[in-house]
Amino acid sequence: MKRSDLQAMARRELDRQQATRCRLLCCASTPCLSSGAATVQQALEQAVTDNKLDAEVVVVSTGCMGPCSRGPMVTVQLAGQEDTYYENVTPESARQIVAEHVMANQPVADKIMPSDLPFFAKQHKIVLANSGVIDPERLEDYVARDGYAALAHALREMTPEEVCAEISKSGLRGRGGAGYPTGLKWDLVRKAPGEKKYVIANGDEGDPGAYMDRTLMESDPHRLLEGMAIAGYAVGAEQGFLYVRGEYPIAAKRLEKAIRTAERRGLLGSRVLESSFSFRIDIRIGAGAFVCGEETALMASIMGRRGQPTPRPPYPAQSGLWECPTLINNVETFGNIVPIIAHGADWFASVGTAKSKGSKIFALAGKVNTTGLIEVPMGITLREVIDDIGGGVADGFSFKAAQTGGPSGGCIPAEHLDTPMDYESLRALGAIMGSGGLIVMDNASCMPDVAKFFMEFCTDESCGKCVPCRVGTVQMHRILERITNGSAAPADLQILQDLCTMVQETSLCGLGQSAPNPVLSTLRFYREEYEAHIQRHECPAGVCKMTEAPTLELVEALPRRIRELGTIPMSLA
Amino acid sequence: MAVITMTINDELVSGVEGQSLLSLIREQGIELPTLCHLEGLEARGGCRLCLVEMQSTQRLLPACTTTAQEGMSIQTHSERLVRYRRMILELLFAERNHVCAVCVMNGRCELQDEAAKIGMDHVRYDYLVPELPMDATHDKFAIDHNRCILCTRCVSVCDSVEGAHTWDVMGRGVNSRVITDLNQPWGSSRSCTSCGKCVQVCPTGALANKGSTVAEMVKRHDFLQWILDGREKKQWVMHNGGSEGRR
Ligand SMILES: Cc1cc2nc3c(=O)[nH]c(=O)nc-3n(C[C@H](O)[C@H](O)[C@H](O)COP(=O)(O)O)c2cc1C
Ligand code: SF4
Ligand code: SF4
Ligand code: FES
Repeated sequence: MKRSDLQAMARRELDRQQATRCRLLCCASTPCLSSGAATVQQALEQAVTDNKLDAEVVVVSTGCMGPCSRGPMVTVQLAGQEDTYYENVTPESARQIVAEHVMANQPVADKIMPSDLPFFAKQHKIVLANSGVIDPERLEDYVARDGYAALAHALREMTPEEVCAEISKSGLRGRGGAGYPTGLKWDLVRKAPGEKKYVIANGDEGDPGAYMDRTLMESDPHRLLEGMAIAGYAVGAEQGFLYVRGEYPIAAKRLEKAIRTAERRGLLGSRVLESSFSFRIDIRIGAGAFVCGEETALMASIMGRRGQPTPRPPYPAQSGLWECPTLINNVETFGNIVPIIAHGADWFASVGTAKSKGSKIFALAGKVNTTGLIEVPMGITLREVIDDIGGGVADGFSFKAAQTGGPSGGCIPAEHLDTPMDYESLRALGAIMGSGGLIVMDNASCMPDVAKFFMEFCTDESCGKCVPCRVGTVQMHRILERITNGSAAPADLQILQDLCTMVQETSLCGLGQSAPNPVLSTLRFYREEYEAHIQRHECPAGVCKMTEAPTLELVEALPRRIRELGTIPMSLA
Repeated sequence: MAVITMTINDELVSGVEGQSLLSLIREQGIELPTLCHLEGLEARGGCRLCLVEMQSTQRLLPACTTTAQEGMSIQTHSERLVRYRRMILELLFAERNHVCAVCVMNGRCELQDEAAKIGMDHVRYDYLVPELPMDATHDKFAIDHNRCILCTRCVSVCDSVEGAHTWDVMGRGVNSRVITDLNQPWGSSRSCTSCGKCVQVCPTGALANKGSTVAEMVKRHDFLQWILDGREKKQWVMHNGGSEGRR
């Protein structure tokens, strides 16, 4: 396939789409599928056939539309009208939509999710632009929306150096958590000496509750492949690996299919778009270890070894897979490449703040009215996200904390709700941008209990290689266990704090280094809750059972009791 | 080989390019505890006892896996480092059942030595008292998981020096355990050559010759250098006259 063939394919598909009067988009991402989207789609298709509408109406299964808690979601695209979003669609309402909206132009009012809701209006879709709009399993759908045009442009009109420079200029930073400048990383790999180089997309996504990367892989797989291919061209790699979390079978299946389609059409494989550049992508499936998201452990896993981190330096850019220079980026990071090359670095850099450019996808969860997957401009305040996009804290509850960054992050209290969401501001609060988990908690949450939850996660997920993380997390968890069951002694708090700093500073990899963050951040903003548990044996939120007694306190009280009783000489007591 | 100069504890020292920080530090006669690393095996960076402080960034890096670089400036025994080393040792003692009084290595154990040197007189953490088995199915050796610190020296020496790869690690976190073959009894292992290298490099009483009783077990590390010299330099000379091989 040449560039002109690509353009012809896009034209054909656009003509085809314009020839249909109505497109019924039905979300086929994991959240909607689990609330029954498959039967909704069947009902839509059946209704279309039953009403003999096959010639003018198509039913398309798409990726995620965002408001996952209101799924199954269906979008009606009628020629000459604005899109209509339907929420909580059932097979019955699906038939109703076809009969009333499609056939009689009478929208089904009680199922409509108004498109002027702040949920949609405050979002800024760069990475998810195609998500919920195209059929992820059809290459033509992607190509019709300028798919692979950025790759064709880069191959023909840009040198690898220029591609790296463009990415640098855009200000894009890694979306996998640490926020390392992407262009700088690409340039390091490009300049690293070595015949063979590799590109890896990190789709391990281990944070509990996060599903940004899954959505992107499920909803727009070709965008990811195109981004990786551009990266391969920029750094001089001919082989890419896509590391997909084992729990994401739908994502893996769609990616596999997308790779095969792209290879068949000459968009991947040898001589991409009839240029001299070749690029293959292979999928590797993880086996459910959080630590395998860490880059050195991930590479060990790809090479068939035990998924355990190794000390850096050497960094992957110097010595990665099979000791070759390796570029590793998060899946969402790769999702930003195509728009940057297509619309230019300046366009991208116009969104966001001085140091954090572009958008960020968050999995908004917890006690807000609308949860789901959102893409917002960097620098938006937490308040806007919670009150506007999330529709506010659920009725009858009051806001207590927003947790970002999962087990590596922290909790942000109400007084900091106006903090702009960018890498630096969040870090200054002891939370992190992380990969995009965002959990809103209300007064029914107990902060030491939240800290305990994340510590337990780290205890389970520690690989066991280094002592501070392997044993330190268990000891920290034990103390949190004591605090939340009522048996902690005052001295425990200091021991906990000392362990936190030690584990942070001495652990081998990011898992251990960041495991204390949830404790430290809750200690910083909600210290009185810890003290209430320890000193007054009460849980202010009423979550902890506090069934145990503090044993150490008895021991400490003994000498005093003896002195009071006066039965032992004072010199001994 | 290019020469580099750097600063260790405010003293200017010189070494060769590519040398590990650990070897350069030890060349100065400075003692640095290493429980996972052993000269002759691949550095691992797991125990975190050899951490040193970079003066420029205040970051802590393991000396065993870090290469000495021109202009570096480090501290090896700052107050913070000593405090952390002691905490790490306490964590190790709390992790499994290290009852020194009834150990074959009592008096010669590296873990015990390091704890004594740093002045560790008590453990401030909960003893986790896991229930762990012993495996005494092998004719000549036995493993007591209660005393294992997961340094993986046994795994490393068996793989890279003996070439048998009998040992590996199973599980993760505190539930990790060293295993023989695919978690089969050591005695039934078909890959084990009964060479005993793992026993000799094990820092604690976890691996021992069968039949040794309390404080009887002596371990030799000198064989490792002997084999490596023989392999690389074709010299077969025993440096230590066969005495106890530890530094
Ligand atoms: C314990 C741990 C888990 C991680 N999990 C992920 C993950 O699931 N996905 C990811 O992209 N990065 C993860 N990372 C970060 C990666 O190590 C790496 O920094 C990232 O993939 C680099 O890509 P970026 O520069 O595009 O962010 C993890 C790091 C640590 C320490
Ligand atoms: S910090 Fe934890 S996960 Fe990372 S190497 Fe150490 S034990 Fe393994
Ligand atoms: S058995 Fe000995 S050498 Fe092997 S990991 Fe345990 S302590 Fe280390
Ligand atoms: S000897 Fe360096 S970390 Fe164990």
